[in-house]
Amino acid sequence: MLDGRSLVKRTAGLRLWLSAGWIAALVIGAVFAPWIAPQDPLMQDLFTSRLPPFWMDGAEPGYWLGTDSLGRDVLSRILYGGRVALIVALIAGTATALIGATLGLIAGYFRGWADMVISRLVDIWMAFPPVLFAILLIAVMGTGLTSVVVAIIVIDWTRFARVVRAEAMAQGAMDYVASAQVAGRGRMSTLLTEILPNVLSTIAVLLTLEMGIAVIVEAILSFVNLSVSTDDPTWGGMIAEGRLSIHQAWWVLVFPLVALFLTVLSFSQLGEGLKDRFDPVLN
Amino acid sequence: MFLRRLLSRIATTLVTLFGVAVIVFAVIRIVPGDPVAMMLPPGATEADIARLQAFYGLDKSIPEQFFIWLGGVVQGDFGTSITTRQPVLGLVLSRLPATLELSVMALVIAVALGGLVALTGTRLRYTRTEGALDVANGMALSVPDFLWGLVLILLFGVLWPVFTISGRVSPNLAPEFATSFFLFESVVRLRFDLWLDLVQHMLMPALALAIPLAAIIGQLLKQSLKETMHLDYVTLARTKGYSENHVILREALRNAVLPTLTLIGVQFTFLIGGTVIIERLFSYEGLGNMAIDAVINRDLPLIQGIVLLFALLFTMVNLAVDLLYAVLNPRLRHA
Repeated sequence: MLDGRSLVKRTAGLRLWLSAGWIAALVIGAVFAPWIAPQDPLMQDLFTSRLPPFWMDGAEPGYWLGTDSLGRDVLSRILYGGRVALIVALIAGTATALIGATLGLIAGYFRGWADMVISRLVDIWMAFPPVLFAILLIAVMGTGLTSVVVAIIVIDWTRFARVVRAEAMAQGAMDYVASAQVAGRGRMSTLLTEILPNVLSTIAVLLTLEMGIAVIVEAILSFVNLSVSTDDPTWGGMIAEGRLSIHQAWWVLVFPLVALFLTVLSFSQLGEGLKDRFDPVLN
Repeated sequence: MFLRRLLSRIATTLVTLFGVAVIVFAVIRIVPGDPVAMMLPPGATEADIARLQAFYGLDKSIPEQFFIWLGGVVQGDFGTSITTRQPVLGLVLSRLPATLELSVMALVIAVALGGLVALTGTRLRYTRTEGALDVANGMALSVPDFLWGLVLILLFGVLWPVFTISGRVSPNLAPEFATSFFLFESVVRLRFDLWLDLVQHMLMPALALAIPLAAIIGQLLKQSLKETMHLDYVTLARTKGYSENHVILREALRNAVLPTLTLIGVQFTFLIGGTVIIERLFSYEGLGNMAIDAVINRDLPLIQGIVLLFALLFTMVNLAVDLLYAVLNPRLRHA
């Protein structure tokens, strides 16, 4: 009999490589955007408005993926939009991981009143719808890259805190921690040299997943025009414009959507792949 | 025992709600700029400003202001919307039914779809079909509702335009309704023409919300089912000669469904949270769409009211799920 899991297992490696490949391509495209992009992403030209992508009739050379209603090159805007997406993923993801994991470690290892306060805060945070919480914060702080990053940190630290707390609690109950204590190690030193290394793999998995979430949150905020300034190209902003002219120029919506879809899927696949690798039960 | 559990659960819920109120108040208070200055026309005198500040209690200390504000909220006074000059509570309640109907419809679709995936996967376990379902399920799981919404708009709004991708109901039919629960009302009044129009509008946004949840349900329920299929009583049913379908549906499902039920409760709040952006995407006139308009117009009292209402809804759903779980789970019932 064929094992149903074999299809999942066989394609797992392939999916991991494809995901890593897409993220790598995206990073290269974003870093070298000024040299790779065929056009200026902000240049408007009504004579070249709504040009179709290269394989269709009426396409113009140099505008590979067509242009939007203001004549701006879609490919160049996707490359520059990738910059915003990746910057947010990197900064917001890392900061969220640092803050959330620190609070989770404190709550899970030291317990006591610190755990009570942090756990109660997590409960309160769970009562807010994340997207609504984010737009409330942006409404108060004003738009801009910093606000987007801060909003993501504020809404998502609980994701790390909850998991790391549980993990630190489980590790703290193990014999090796007790023997470190018997050997005369201080609480802080035990936390940093014994517990932390053992929860790092969990944090790495969560961080990868968080980067995908940060990309989608930025896209949602720029979709409703609450992210960076409207002049800068963002995937969410392009999607919002494309949504309006969907019957006249589908490519303005489809290409940034594909970029966003693949990016989110890749981060998630990488996270799941890491989880499988680190999880001894599955191997 | 059950009563004690109930009371302690209600107490933590109240603490959470108080925390929510503190956070919302604190966030609104960091607004740069004087809230009173935003309400008055340019050229208002100092005396005008002082009078309005006293009227809103802004001349008092922050804790005093908080308790004045909280006292109002508890009595249903959510303030006045800056853009429409109407009480926030009325505005918010008029939109709530639209969001509730969309959420419940999405939940029904998710349960049906996820259940179907789990049952098919269990029936065809250890085959290629199960593997293919797992891969598709994994993809559905890792892509959020916002992206599914866009994909659905492209597929069924543009490529094969069979569904309406904008609004809640055709504008010419909207005056037909006496309440704000359009879908419910159309069923009760047996107006299936209205019902069809509503479903035609709601199906795409509801499906976008349902896909990630359906994937989660499919994954967990299949896992529990497959574990249950190895238990002795299932083997006994099989030796009695019952068909595989009967064994799965009548014997295994009943015992495998409890973990999934708990999960659905928690995930349902995430689904409700997702309505904010999905309503925007499909121009559906619910609370979420109103919240985004409120942010764009910087109508802070309105967005504050919407956030509070959502938080109340979330906490109530969580409480209900916990209590339901305690009632359904015999181990907890007799603990």
